[in-house]
Amino acid sequence: MNQYIGKAMPRYDAQGQVSGKVRYVDDIKVPGMKCVKVLRSPVHKGVIRGLDFSKAMAVPGVVGFVTAQDIPGKNAYGRFQDMPVLAPDNRVRYRGEPIAAVVAVDQDTALEALSLVEMDIEEQTPVFDMFEAMKPGAPLVRHDSKSNLWVHYPPDITEVTMVKGQVDQGMAQADQVIEGRYSTGVQDHVPMESNVSVAYRDEMGRLVIHTVSQTIYAHLGMLCAILAMPMSQIRYIGGQVGGAFGGKNDIHTDHIAALAVLKFGYPVKYRLTREEDLQFTTKRGAFVLDFKTGVKKDGRLTACRIDIWHDTGAYAGMSPYGLEKCAMFAPGPYDFPHIKVTARTIFTNRPISSSMRGFSVINGQVASEIHMNRVAEALGMDPWELRFVNAWRDGDHGVTGYKVRGAGALEAMKKAAELAGIKLPEKLMSMSSRGRQAS
Amino acid sequence: MKKTGVGMCLVLHPTGRKGGGDPSQAIIQLKPDGSLLLKVGAVDHGQGALTILRQVAAEAMDVDISTVYASNRSDDLAPLSAGSAASRVTLVDPHAVVAAANDLKAKIAAFAAHRLEIDAENVELAEGKAFAKDNPHHHMTFAEIGMIANLGQGVILVGTGAWQPAPVQGHDPETGYLDQESVISFGCCVAEVSVDTGTGEVDVTKVVQVWEVGKAINPLLVKQQINGGLQIGLGFALRENLFPHYPDPAHGIESLADYAVPTFMDYPPELIHGIEEVPHPMGVKGAKGFSEGSATAPGPAIISAIHDAVGVWIHEVPATPEVVLRALEAKERDGATDYWSHQERSAWLA
Repeated sequence: MNQYIGKAMPRYDAQGQVSGKVRYVDDIKVPGMKCVKVLRSPVHKGVIRGLDFSKAMAVPGVVGFVTAQDIPGKNAYGRFQDMPVLAPDNRVRYRGEPIAAVVAVDQDTALEALSLVEMDIEEQTPVFDMFEAMKPGAPLVRHDSKSNLWVHYPPDITEVTMVKGQVDQGMAQADQVIEGRYSTGVQDHVPMESNVSVAYRDEMGRLVIHTVSQTIYAHLGMLCAILAMPMSQIRYIGGQVGGAFGGKNDIHTDHIAALAVLKFGYPVKYRLTREEDLQFTTKRGAFVLDFKTGVKKDGRLTACRIDIWHDTGAYAGMSPYGLEKCAMFAPGPYDFPHIKVTARTIFTNRPISSSMRGFSVINGQVASEIHMNRVAEALGMDPWELRFVNAWRDGDHGVTGYKVRGAGALEAMKKAAELAGIKLPEKLMSMSSRGRQAS
Repeated sequence: MKKTGVGMCLVLHPTGRKGGGDPSQAIIQLKPDGSLLLKVGAVDHGQGALTILRQVAAEAMDVDISTVYASNRSDDLAPLSAGSAASRVTLVDPHAVVAAANDLKAKIAAFAAHRLEIDAENVELAEGKAFAKDNPHHHMTFAEIGMIANLGQGVILVGTGAWQPAPVQGHDPETGYLDQESVISFGCCVAEVSVDTGTGEVDVTKVVQVWEVGKAINPLLVKQQINGGLQIGLGFALRENLFPHYPDPAHGIESLADYAVPTFMDYPPELIHGIEEVPHPMGVKGAKGFSEGSATAPGPAIISAIHDAVGVWIHEVPATPEVVLRALEAKERDGATDYWSHQERSAWLA
C-alpha cells in the first residue's frame, strides 16, 4: 500500500518558487506589449461633469483611453454584481475609484498622460461613519438606493437575524449578564505579488488573460459578462499566484486589461503599484460588535445577544456573505441554549470591503473571545474552565440549526495547555468532545 | 517599565462555502509509461493545494508518488474548481480526486481484465499493478497497461471526478435557519506578551497555537499554515489599520512606509504549534481544513495577555502602541479597567 495521506512532505512546487524559477504573471513579456494605468477618483464622492483627454492624447506614445462606454457587456461584477469596472453614471463613490484607463508604450508615458487628463468633478458630501450613514437623511453613498444599508433579503430586509431559543428567557435565567462593545480595524492582504494581468489575442484571435485570480471560474464567468464573450473565446490562465489571502477573490486588473485589448488590439500588462494595491483594492472592512452574555454562577452559559455593524465601503464586494458568516459564528464554539444575533452591512465612501483570510469570522471570533475572557473574570472563573464547561460536544446545535459533528474544541485545548506547560485540573482533562458530563 | 502577561482563547473556523454548491473537479490520466497526470482546478497561492491533492491521488491510485505529476495550470483546458477560498480546498477537492481515481481504476481494471483474459470482478489493483485476485502472479503493471492501451489499442484511460457539498437555500430571514451542516475546525491559542508601559508597545514573546483539523493530510503544511497565519493575526491584533483614525479617513495609509506588516523578525522567539485530529464524516479521511482560522486565534489571546500584564481590557484591534498608552492613561486617571478608543463617539453609543 502506498500511503501518503497523513505524511509530512515538503511543498511539491516550493523549490521552483524559492529559487526564482517560477514564472509569475508579472514575468510574462509579450512582443509589442503596452502598459495600462488607471485614472482614479481624487475625491471621496462626486459627479464627473467633464473629462478632457485631449492633452493626454497628445503625449507621444499614448495609444488611447478606455472608458465605461467601451464596455461591451455589463459594467458590474462581483459576487453581488454591484462593483463597477469603470465609474458608471459619471459618479465616483470612493477615493481611488477607477474612472478610465490609459494605454501607452510604457509606464512613464501612461503616468504622464494620466496627469494631463482634465477632470471636472463636482465634489459631494461623503459619509465615513457607518453610524452616521444609518441615520435618516444621511448622504447616500449610492444615489439610487433607499438607504445606506445593504438589502440582505429582498425586497427590503436590511437586518440579518439569527435566532436559537428565546434570548430573553435565557438572560432571565442568568446569575450574571456581562456586556461589552468591540471594534476591529481595516486591513490589507499585502501579498508579495501585487495584482497584475497580462492580456492579448492569440494567433487564433482568441482573448488570452494571464491572471492572479484565486477563484478562476467565478472570475471567468464575470469577465464573460463584462466583455459579452462566450467562455470558449477567453483563455483564462492562472494557478501560479504569489500570495492572495482573499484579496484575489475579487477581480482587480483582468477586466480593464481585457477591455484595453478589445479596444486597441495590442497586448497589454496592467499591474498595480504597491501603493495602488494597498489603497484601492478590496480590504478587510471594519466591524463594531456588541456582546451581551448571560451566565450561571457555575459557569454554564445561558444566553448571548450579539449586535453587529459592518462597514463595507462604497460597494458590497463579498461583504454581505461575510457578514452572514460573521453573524453565524460570532457566538463561538459554545453551547448557548439561547442566542439572538442581529447584523447589518453599511455603505460608506471608503474602499470596498471584501474577503480576507478569516473572512469576517475572524472579526466575530476576536470580539467574542475577548468578551469570553471578561465573562470568566466577572465570574471569578478560570478562562480554561469556562470553555471546557461550555464548548460544543458532538450533537450540540449552532445558531442556524446545524448539528455539530467531529467536535474537537476540548482536544485542541488540552493539547495547547500541555504544549504551553499549563497543568489543567483533572476534572477538565477528563472531559471530552464526545459528550457532556453533568457538572 | 516592561510588564508581562499570558492569555488564551478558543476559536472556531468553518470550512467550505456557506450555502454549499461549490464544486471541484479532477482528471487523472494514465500515460503510456504508466505514470499519472493529475489535473485539478484548485489555485495554489502558496497554501500547498497541489501538494496535498497529489498525495491524495497517489494514495487513491496506490502508486509511488514520484510517478504522479500534478498540474493546476488553471484555464479552460483544466478542470473546474470553485476556487481557493473559504478554506474549502482540503474539504472539497480531495473528494473530486478520489472520484477521478476510482473512475480511472475501474477503467484500468476493465482494460486489464480483457488483456489478462479474466473476469473484471477478479481484477484487483494495488501498488501500480493489476492482477488476478485468485492468482496474484497473473498481472500487468501500469506501465504495461499504459503502453498497450495508449499506443497499442488506441484507448485513452482517463478518470474524471467531481464533488460539491449540496447547495442549499439561503438563510430564513426571521430565524437565520440554514439547511446546511457546517464543518468546523477548532483552534486554541496561548500567547505571552511583554508590554512597555512607557511606549505602549506590545512584544509577543511566545505563541502556542493548536488546531484540531479532522485529519492532517500533510502535517508539515498544517504546521506552516498555523505559523504562517500568525503573520496576518499579529498584524490584525497589534498593528495594521489602513484608517488609523477610523472612521475619519484622514491620515489614511498610502504606502508600506506607514503600514508595518509584521515580518519574521516580529515573530515570537518561542513559537509552538500543535495538531489534533477528530475526523469529520464529510471529509476525505476526516480532513476538515482549517487554515484561515490560524489568523484568528492569536488576536484574542494577545489582547487577553495584555490585560494580564497591565490590568486593562482593550476592546479593539489593532491594539497599537497609541491605543495601549491611552488605555494605560485612562486606568491611571480614573481606574478604568476597560478601554475603547471610540468611547467619546456619541453617535456610536446611541
